[in-house]
Amino acid sequence: MNNDLSSGLSEQIQKAYADKTPLVISAGGSKTFYGNVVDGETLDVSAHTGIIDYRASELVITARSGTKLTDIETALAEQNQQLAFEPPRHNADTTIGGVIACGLSGPARTFQGAARDFVLGTKIINGKGELLQFGGQVMKNVAGYDVSRLMVGAQGTLGVITEISLKVLPRSERETTLTFEVGAAEGHQMLRTWLGHGQPISASCHYRGVLSVRLSSTENSVRQACRKMGGDVTVSDLWQQLRDQTHPHFQQRDLWRLSVPAATAVDDENDQLVEWGGALRWQVSRNALFDKAQALGGHATRYNMQPDSADEIFQPLQPAMMTMHRRIKHALDPNNILNPARLYKAL
Amino acid sequence: MPDKQQVVRGLQQILPRACVLHDEEDLRPYECDGLSAYQQVPMVVTLPETINQIEDILAFCSREKIPVVARGAGTGLSGGALPLENGILMSLARFNRILEIDTGNRTARVQPGVRNLAISEAAGRYGLYYAPDPSSQIACSIGGNVAENAGGVHCLKYGLTVHNILKLEVITMQGEHLTIGSDALDSPGYDLLALMTGSEGLLGVITEITVKLLPQPEAANVILAAFNDVATAGQAVSNIIADGILPAGLELMDNAAIRAADDFVQAGYPRDAAAILLCEIDGTRSEVEDQLAQAQQVLKTSAATQIRVARDEQERAKFWAGRKAAFPAVGRLSPDYYCMDGTIPRYQIASVLTRISELSSEYGLPIVNVFHAGDGNLHPLILYDANIDGELERTEELGGKILEVCVKAGGTITGEHGVGIEKINQMCVQFDASELTQFHAIKHAFDPDTLLNPGKAIPTLHRCAEFGAMHVHHGRLPHPELERF
Repeated sequence: MNNDLSSGLSEQIQKAYADKTPLVISAGGSKTFYGNVVDGETLDVSAHTGIIDYRASELVITARSGTKLTDIETALAEQNQQLAFEPPRHNADTTIGGVIACGLSGPARTFQGAARDFVLGTKIINGKGELLQFGGQVMKNVAGYDVSRLMVGAQGTLGVITEISLKVLPRSERETTLTFEVGAAEGHQMLRTWLGHGQPISASCHYRGVLSVRLSSTENSVRQACRKMGGDVTVSDLWQQLRDQTHPHFQQRDLWRLSVPAATAVDDENDQLVEWGGALRWQVSRNALFDKAQALGGHATRYNMQPDSADEIFQPLQPAMMTMHRRIKHALDPNNILNPARLYKAL
Repeated sequence: MPDKQQVVRGLQQILPRACVLHDEEDLRPYECDGLSAYQQVPMVVTLPETINQIEDILAFCSREKIPVVARGAGTGLSGGALPLENGILMSLARFNRILEIDTGNRTARVQPGVRNLAISEAAGRYGLYYAPDPSSQIACSIGGNVAENAGGVHCLKYGLTVHNILKLEVITMQGEHLTIGSDALDSPGYDLLALMTGSEGLLGVITEITVKLLPQPEAANVILAAFNDVATAGQAVSNIIADGILPAGLELMDNAAIRAADDFVQAGYPRDAAAILLCEIDGTRSEVEDQLAQAQQVLKTSAATQIRVARDEQERAKFWAGRKAAFPAVGRLSPDYYCMDGTIPRYQIASVLTRISELSSEYGLPIVNVFHAGDGNLHPLILYDANIDGELERTEELGGKILEVCVKAGGTITGEHGVGIEKINQMCVQFDASELTQFHAIKHAFDPDTLLNPGKAIPTLHRCAEFGAMHVHHGRLPHPELERF
């Protein structure tokens, strides 16, 4: 069975380029909530599948973009390896292309890196239908501009990702969760101290009076850290719930994602769920939090919003920045046919 | 070409006199960067001291259509800061202040001319450091590190520059001020932080950088393992990583490098070994103990002939001193050497090293290998004598051949030194015409008149046609309208 659909995808884009037909890039469809609704002809990437290359000793996996995230994770788990940025598995159809295009990272992000940090190379089709290759399968590569990482979070607006090479990491020998009954501010301070001392923390969460901390390292190192840090050893599926965003806190309407400097003060007033050592906060609010986030040196994203809303989902860009975004979009997609307006209505 | 006297007068109107150099003897020190094989005296050197002055220089150049090359410490190894005969060299050396160390967020906000090592020195009193450590870290500037996406010994575990910066302040050729990235871990919109990193000064002038700082590890130690042949050492590298160990550094030196380094700093290396590996483990005390034991086990089964764990901090420093002195040590073997920078998949190390050794015999030029094996990042050092007629040319040709071997092995022409002017022809081997055209379109979005560091990093299609290495895509010759030479 031929799972390489890149030439067909390329032809469809060439035609759309000629006709100036907008295209809606679609694969697993698990992240339609994370962007504006796009009107156009569907470009279906979901059947463009398959792991092309994976050697555990290289710490690199290369797959076509329609490959399901679960298939990739299964292959990695067989070699005791993982995608260290823990991308959310919104549902069984979530694809690796969607993961990279949306650039979402899970609980381990602060400690092990984000989706963009693990991208080594991509093949893309630009808005003219040209199949292009950037980066590669090696750990270090500074030949040419880093177009591969530019694709992460661009949600297909700069090119359709057809193939991705990702750095993978070994799984830790041991993982343990500790919990502490403390207020938000106190928990925040405790984390700051532990992180400053290099404790092997791989995830953190403060929610409704409980601080949970995940330790990942060798057997002895985790044991030593548990002794130093105290708290209660807890078995729970909290990290999975946070990663896949199935935790009850994510099921609320008017949920906002706040990405702020980690040391920004926290309190118990706003019923926030705080991850990433303080750098990521989930809060319900009827009012937009863009100004608040910006004042804190960060940005906000409207999360579970209604699909037909007239509001922007993502933090508005400064005018000079929006101008630059338009020029970059034009450089890769001159006829503005790839997911137009998905990220920003004016882009 | 613009008239030099007019340009000097124009610049003297917007800058203090001492910030404009135009006499031959003042310009001479700027004629090359760390790649001294390429030299060009610029028309004028400017030494701005304020951001307003940078803006004024860029506005002047934009108006007069004069090309500008930004320069940090000038330690780059690919000629990225090579001046242009009819251009202005803008040195950012005076932007050398550390503006803030934020211990709560573990970040440092610095000016582009700050030396890489100075950041770790300043952060050290808080138990923090900046991870990327290119071998030139005593001298190289952080602005240059961002422009080249500099690496170092610790990349496999801690990443390159792109993984260790949070925010840039940038001025474009058109005078726009952009804040790229933020003090938070991610930012809305496109990942321009990644696009700027490694863009070799072609997209904008960086005026401020916020870097991430890491807590100094509680413990670190190094294993020295010796091997009877280089291929076995290459295989051991793969075995260590396949076993789930992520070393903080994993370096390979061949016999010539071992002897040169040992002669130079008495590192205590086994002088008869065909190759040695230095495998550094860091982390919590028990993590280091556990992984040292695990790594020794893997090295034993990988046919190491000798395995030595540094007994104390002093011995650890001695083992590393040899590696860190390897380049100057090799410099004593030969009047000149040429440092290459290809990256390949790790499983190809053995076969690529064999091919390099064959090429070395073919060209009659000795090659010494000392490199970041954990990343598959090779640094073959070609020994030559520039005073012998034609030897530099043959060296460059051999270097080009080595890079082509790297590309064929599934790798890249540059892992961490950048393309600059040096590897511009090999870009035609790595990328096809449509990819190069895409790069030019991105450049155009930032710098429509192509005034920032023109002629570096991305070759024109015309140049590739001249070089004769144009990658033919799907059997179709790109741009048939272009004349071939």
